[in-house]
Amino acid sequence: MGIVAAGVQFQSNWLEILSSPFMRTAFIAGVLVAVASGLIGYFVIVRGSMFASHALAHIGFPGATGAALVGSSVFTGLVVFTVVGGVVIGLLGKKASDREIATGTVLAWATALGVLFASLASGNTSTVTNILFGNLLAIPSQQLVVFAIFLVVLAIVLLVIFRPLLFTSIDPEVAEAKGVNVKGLGIAFMILLALVVSMAVTVVGVLLIFALLVTPAAAALRFTARPGWVIFWSSVIGVASVAVGLVIAAMINLPPSFFIVTTVFVVWLVAAGLRRERALVRPTGGHPQHGDPVHEH
Amino acid sequence: MLELDNVSAVRGATTIWSDGTFAVPSGSITGVIGPNGSGKTTLLLMILGLLRPGSGKITVFGQVPKRGNTRIGYVPQNYASIAGESIRARDLVLLGLTGATYGLRRTSREQHARVDQVLAEVGAGGFGDRRMSQLSGGQQQRVAIAQALVGNPRMLLLDEPLANLDVRNQQEIVDLLSRINTERGIDILLVVHDLNPLLSVLDGAIYLLDGHAHHDNVNEVVSEELLTHLYGTAIKVVRTPQGDLFTRSA
Ligand SMILES: Nc1ncnc2c1ncn2[C@@H]1O[C@H](COP(=O)(O)OP(=O)(O)O)[C@@H](O)[C@H]1O
Ligand SMILES: [Mg+2]
Repeated sequence: MGIVAAGVQFQSNWLEILSSPFMRTAFIAGVLVAVASGLIGYFVIVRGSMFASHALAHIGFPGATGAALVGSSVFTGLVVFTVVGGVVIGLLGKKASDREIATGTVLAWATALGVLFASLASGNTSTVTNILFGNLLAIPSQQLVVFAIFLVVLAIVLLVIFRPLLFTSIDPEVAEAKGVNVKGLGIAFMILLALVVSMAVTVVGVLLIFALLVTPAAAALRFTARPGWVIFWSSVIGVASVAVGLVIAAMINLPPSFFIVTTVFVVWLVAAGLRRERALVRPTGGHPQHGDPVHEH
Repeated sequence: MLELDNVSAVRGATTIWSDGTFAVPSGSITGVIGPNGSGKTTLLLMILGLLRPGSGKITVFGQVPKRGNTRIGYVPQNYASIAGESIRARDLVLLGLTGATYGLRRTSREQHARVDQVLAEVGAGGFGDRRMSQLSGGQQQRVAIAQALVGNPRMLLLDEPLANLDVRNQQEIVDLLSRINTERGIDILLVVHDLNPLLSVLDGAIYLLDGHAHHDNVNEVVSEELLTHLYGTAIKVVRTPQGDLFTRSA
């Protein structure tokens, strides 16, 4: 075994590893997080909140490293910082075009703060690596209950606000005229997003959050624009990616993040390729250039 | 039926226009014209109850405007810029019917039927299943009108529905609005930059000029002096043998 491949080693007992309790914990955690991400991913894309979700993960970073520094729960630190960050971003509102600049500025500062906390908590490099890149295998089994509660709350709240949230996401001006509380729903959405971001950071980390939160929904959207189906398929893609990632991780004893994100990436590539092919085959998918091609009056 | 009594429009600390006192009769098609920034969108927002008048009183069907008025259908400006890749036309129209409803409730067969019927009414029956991004500007505008109509409003407000459309599509949308006006008997208020495509169907116009709001019947509005004054370039009015009016830059 050479130095380059020092960490890579095929484990012939991988089936045994897969059936171990810590793998089961990892799988259940991964499924809960993937489904939560699938539930919210469609809304993230429709609302154009990709940047906000990315920012929330970074805002959670000092929360996580700060918690590690003072010796309390990393996940609690994540939740507190992302929820507060989410409410603030929600209060700033969707209109302001300088929101991205404001968010980006806060994001940069939060990341710097996270690095400061991380270096103060010296000798804890694996914790920091896990926060940055995620590690399903590091999730303690007590965490599952919390994840399950978060998922149930998310599902119930989303079901209740589904239509008004979709309305304000797509058509805020008309929704407001119809009496829908656009700002309130925006803040509620950011809080839900903060919870999902906190969960997803434990799986893929601050830096890879996009892969779990946005990419599965983007891949699903290539095939269907029906909200329920986008949510279903993005959850399926997320769960499948977690499963594939864990199997490979068991085979070669490396943290699963890379394999999870790679699976998502491949699914997205395939979806993009298939969609293009379909568009080439079907002439109806064309974009009319000169007025309406359809006349029925 | 829309009435303004000494209304002024205020954004922030700035009075955009004032002295708005007029009544728009029921069942009419009314153009709202004025240069950029003269407060056309602001007027619509006040009618919708999203913005209070700085002073004076607005009444819509005898009531002070307030949010959530189901008697008004609204098509905002720049409608085409919505997240069109992620939604089908018919789902967008459906939101006009169910979008303000909280809680778990299946969309009923009647609601789906209403969506189909209104899509057909605006000539969008053939592309309800397509995503908004796959539609042309004229088609998107039809879907937007369908969404505004699906709740059976008594008044339709459209903010620059003809912008970014070619002449033929402009005419088709105008014909559609005229048909809706006749068949449903509802008031239509639309913001436009150019009266030309509207002249055959217009009953009156609200013009926002020099910081004041006026309303007049169509023949009075289309005078050369007024339009020239309004747009700051010379505009000529031509009456054809058929009685149609045209305005052109001289
Ligand atoms: N949210 C706002 N706050 C303050 N002023 C505004 C706002 N929106 C528009 N305005 C100002 O109000 C004026 C009228 O705007 P608007 O009604 O949108 O004009 P129009 O639709 O005729 O182009 C403009 O001068 C614009 O700068
Ligand atoms: Mg305007």
